[in-house]
Amino acid sequence: MATAAPTYDLGKLHGGLRLDAHKTASTSAPIQEIPVPAQLVLPIHQHVGDAAQPVVSIGEQVLKGQLLAEPYGSLGAPVHASSSGKVIAIEPWPVVRRYGETAPCVVIECDDEDRAIDGWEEPLPFRELSPDSLLQKILQGGIVGLGGAVFPTAQKLMQAVSCELDFLILNGVECEPYISCDDMLMRERAHEVIGGAQILMHALGLDTAYVVVESDKPEAIQRLADVMSEIGDDRIVLKQVPTIYPSGGEDQLVQLVTNREVPSGGLPTDIGCLVQNVGTAAAIYDWVQNRQPLISRVTTITGDGITRPMNVRARIGTTIADIAAFAGGYTEYAKQLIVGGPMTGKSISTDRVPLVKATNCILVISETPSPGPELPCIRCGDCAAVCPVQLLPQQIFWYACADDEQQMRNYGLTDCIECGCCDLVCPSHIPLTFDFRMAKARIRELADEKARAERARQRFEARTERLDREQQERDDELERQKDAARKTGPEAIAEIMKRKQQKDDGD
Amino acid sequence: MWTAVLTIALIGLLAGLILSYASRKLPSNPDELVERVNDKLPQTQCAQCGYPGCRPYAAAIVNNGAAINLCPPGGDDTVRRLADLLGRDVIPLAESPPAGQAVAVIDESLCIGCMHCRNACPVDAIVGAQQLMHTVIESECTGCKLCVAPCPVDCISMKDT
Repeated sequence: MATAAPTYDLGKLHGGLRLDAHKTASTSAPIQEIPVPAQLVLPIHQHVGDAAQPVVSIGEQVLKGQLLAEPYGSLGAPVHASSSGKVIAIEPWPVVRRYGETAPCVVIECDDEDRAIDGWEEPLPFRELSPDSLLQKILQGGIVGLGGAVFPTAQKLMQAVSCELDFLILNGVECEPYISCDDMLMRERAHEVIGGAQILMHALGLDTAYVVVESDKPEAIQRLADVMSEIGDDRIVLKQVPTIYPSGGEDQLVQLVTNREVPSGGLPTDIGCLVQNVGTAAAIYDWVQNRQPLISRVTTITGDGITRPMNVRARIGTTIADIAAFAGGYTEYAKQLIVGGPMTGKSISTDRVPLVKATNCILVISETPSPGPELPCIRCGDCAAVCPVQLLPQQIFWYACADDEQQMRNYGLTDCIECGCCDLVCPSHIPLTFDFRMAKARIRELADEKARAERARQRFEARTERLDREQQERDDELERQKDAARKTGPEAIAEIMKRKQQKDDGD
Repeated sequence: MWTAVLTIALIGLLAGLILSYASRKLPSNPDELVERVNDKLPQTQCAQCGYPGCRPYAAAIVNNGAAINLCPPGGDDTVRRLADLLGRDVIPLAESPPAGQAVAVIDESLCIGCMHCRNACPVDAIVGAQQLMHTVIESECTGCKLCVAPCPVDCISMKDT
């Protein structure tokens, strides 16, 4: 199935794999619009950072585009109502999460009228806005990175503004099998993608943008090229990269396009690049020019467990069950439900979970054949040959087994992007990515524990010091009183004796 | 040949004298060692070792030769790390370690505001005033259980995290 790609083929990227694409099933029809469902479930935490704080109450009527929850803390994004209706609950609901099963959601019973909120000011041409106000505007739109990481876009841009940037890179490299939502978006909405690129360049004051697409998407490339010649902005350059997984990873893409390597623990902005997904660019355009906050997205629903695989545009908050029903329902092969792609997605047990800003693919497939029992590592090094980050997975695995935190760090575990290439090539069927994910969680846990111990130590020392000080103050006060008594004591006694004498004399 | 032997013997004697003098007279900063021992302790400040906190226990280990296996929250890992640092033997824990991380929870409907738990907390993680309800700052609680016994109405329980 998967064959290791020769490294010379890539030129600038180490390792990687050629995987079967499985994309044609979902790209044969145009993007279908899903009608607004009867009920929408909107998690208040759909992004990296702190959960948003709900600003609506149960029973309240909301309109499409109305603010449901506002960002809280230094990193976050707002959540908007995807349609009009009544808030019937704010409660924990099953969601796709890395940790835990449920999260607080705002549940809206839709009224089928889909009335939009009015009061958005008329859109100005973005070139008349200052970069600062443009960034503020993007923050209000609830735009997050739609490539899967869901990092709040406004904050990413604000961080980037302070760096010296050379390139904006629009990521249209959808390298994971089955997923085709960015491909379809570029085919049908190339104009918005390029428009988003222009807005981003204006906001960041950049002169060069690369729109990067994988070579297996000729229609998208053609469409983008058409639109670019139509617009005639020669600052934007279209680039093709070979179809190799995981060339769409942020750091990998930067390396592929610019031949600059993101330093360990660093960001692409450290080497002058800012990467945005093409879907994010289109969402920014929709918000800034069409006053449409991020309330819907294109997602792929595919796999042999789906009757009619396709790409759909669905409102955020539509449940996966509704989307699957729209795509003709499940087939007899449907055994596994995965949100995300087959390599990095998460397997979930219920289709009640809602579509969120991060959901780029819903994959329903038959049982994958078990690769076989896990065998001991034979140290063949195949994993190191395919690792796109040039780590030594066999060494990290070795230290993960020994629970040696320091050595795992030394061997760069924290730079692992969890692409899953090492899993696929391992002849001993060791679930390396899973082990690394656990090891990363363990490292985080140890760091947390250390931080907690340090805080407890400081609090204990502060308390000890306070108690000592209070004791000292009490001792001093007692000493002062004794002194005073000692000083005034003899005189006071003499005084009393004198008065007694006078009294006696008087008698 | 004898000159050579004598020279080497003299150098050896001299070096030995200097070393023994240095080890006796020069200050070998015990405070620094106490800090390093303290760093290996889990900082729960639970006093289960018999000392009033982690730093006093560290000081007792360094200065009074206290055993290194008196810290149940630290577990066998801590014993091993202390043994490494101090060049002592690894010995089994004196008491079995607790099952997991826990925090104290005050049943606020029963709290009478007596301040006993607040005064017992080694890390000031309980807030409250005389005659008023008290509560535990969960993020700061180390799970040491020192507040459980002083409570006159038994309204404090330990909750697993």
